[in-house]
Amino acid sequence: MEHNTFHKALEIQPELCIGCSHCIKVCPTEALRVSGGKALLYADWCIDCGRCFRVCPNRAIRVVDDDLADIFSYKYRVLLVPAVFYAQFEKKVPSEAVNDILGEMGFSEVCTVEQSVDTLADEINAYVRGASVRPVISSFCPAVIRLIQVRFPSLIDHIMLLLPPIEVTAQYYVRKWVNGGGDPSELGVFYLTPCIAKIAAVKSPVGGYESPISGVINMDYVYNKVLYAYKNKNFPAPGSGTEVVNDAISSKGLRWPLTGGEASLVEGRALAIDGMSNVIEFLEKLEDEEIEDTVDYLELRGCDESCAGGILVQGNRFLVADNIRCSAASAQDRHSLAKEYRRLCSAHIKMDAVEPRSMVKYDRDINVAIKKMEMAGMLRKILPDIDCGACGAPSCEALAADIVRDDATLNNCIFMQARFEKEGSLLVGEAIDLMEKVWGKDRFINKEQSKTE
Amino acid sequence: MRAEYDVAAGDFTRAGYASSAIKKTLKQLGVSPVVVRRVVIAVYEAEVNIVAHSYGGRITADIEPEGINVTLADTGPGIPDVEKAMQKGFSTASKEVREMGFGAGMGLPNIKDNADELRIETEVGKGTTLHIFIKF
Repeated sequence: MEHNTFHKALEIQPELCIGCSHCIKVCPTEALRVSGGKALLYADWCIDCGRCFRVCPNRAIRVVDDDLADIFSYKYRVLLVPAVFYAQFEKKVPSEAVNDILGEMGFSEVCTVEQSVDTLADEINAYVRGASVRPVISSFCPAVIRLIQVRFPSLIDHIMLLLPPIEVTAQYYVRKWVNGGGDPSELGVFYLTPCIAKIAAVKSPVGGYESPISGVINMDYVYNKVLYAYKNKNFPAPGSGTEVVNDAISSKGLRWPLTGGEASLVEGRALAIDGMSNVIEFLEKLEDEEIEDTVDYLELRGCDESCAGGILVQGNRFLVADNIRCSAASAQDRHSLAKEYRRLCSAHIKMDAVEPRSMVKYDRDINVAIKKMEMAGMLRKILPDIDCGACGAPSCEALAADIVRDDATLNNCIFMQARFEKEGSLLVGEAIDLMEKVWGKDRFINKEQSKTE
Repeated sequence: MRAEYDVAAGDFTRAGYASSAIKKTLKQLGVSPVVVRRVVIAVYEAEVNIVAHSYGGRITADIEPEGINVTLADTGPGIPDVEKAMQKGFSTASKEVREMGFGAGMGLPNIKDNADELRIETEVGKGTTLHIFIKF
């Protein structure tokens, strides 16, 4: 539909899309429409949050991840595994077995992502103490960062210019390899992601940064492979796995991906907000200058229950979160690698300013934009404001904007169709043709009849 | 392009409705974030003044390619000493209003700082009208 300038981690597969409209209703930037019976994406408005992926009943939205076979183009293959991965399995599945299965899949070394949190937490506190713009907004959740770029560009300067834990951890393993005399081209660092936006964040990072991560592997896919191997007892006997395991992690690191895991480490007044609609509500208030009392830090997470509710995490988010809390309760406050992390990475944690991504709703020329907006305002007065979605747009407001951009017509609205039919300016057959243009040919035949035939 | 909003006296839960709606419009028009922020600050302060100090009023926003004119007209006590009200820290807000986090006395000077033009017409016992212009 639109020129795509950003790496997209989501792709609609037209052959699977049934044009059901579930996705258009949940998109926080109204980037989806239905036309010709298929969902279409305004790619420049998409923030890769994955809400559409979650609600799609036909699995028609594909995650653009890297192929597991690609790892073998590297001689030494490090897999960075987030805490939520282990927390998805039932308690009787031992982490040792999970790591051994990952080793069997071809990884030379298995490491926990949140190892860098201990070092990063100190850097964050130093950053917040010196920040002139408050509240500082965490740079952790890539869907939130993209949301701010697209929908809240005036809040860009609140974003903390420090890298998220995954990038710091990846740097640690690259530096360790190079310092040990390894050939950089032989090392592949892979990230097992619970999150679709993280894929886009690695492939086209913000803040003038190039990620050292070689590939991003879908956690959903690997979870199934590991569980399958475990259930079929297809893994090495305990102690005979060939992979190196680097699972040092502190209680801070374990709690980090949960709601409040970050805010609780920050000095001053730090709020933890999860769930896209809660995040949007707060950012609107912040942008409206309505937050009068000082807030020092905002931990904002796009998913309910943060990463435990990650789009690619299997299992119930509350159970996953509880499993992590249980592990954290018995973990140490600081882990053995923290010092080495500080030595190797603390000089490389900063990133450059994040750029806004403007969402051109009407036109780049303000003269034209004002005229189009006035027209859209007039259309709003005659549209029903029911936001039914039957036109293929998520709301009457979105349809009005589509019409003035020539992406839709007033006839797309079923209420307008009824009115035009009553006035005699539209025939029933024409109205059906219009509906078929949005929802696909033969969409309105009696399905009950065709099923019994 | 014109948009109008009624503002009720004493309704702090709705204070900010007009400035938020104007913000949304300017964002959709692609006005620079820095300018949008100045408009929000100026209009929000003025809107809260109507809620806190007047008997009610009306906000009219006229958006042109060059900039935005916002007129905030209220009926109310008026401002007896405009010069004094323009000083930072001066406030006539009641205790209740201050407890809600409003009325810190930065209203008018803050509006002036963020506006390219500010004109105040006021008559004691009748009301106050603010004319704010901010360039795009």
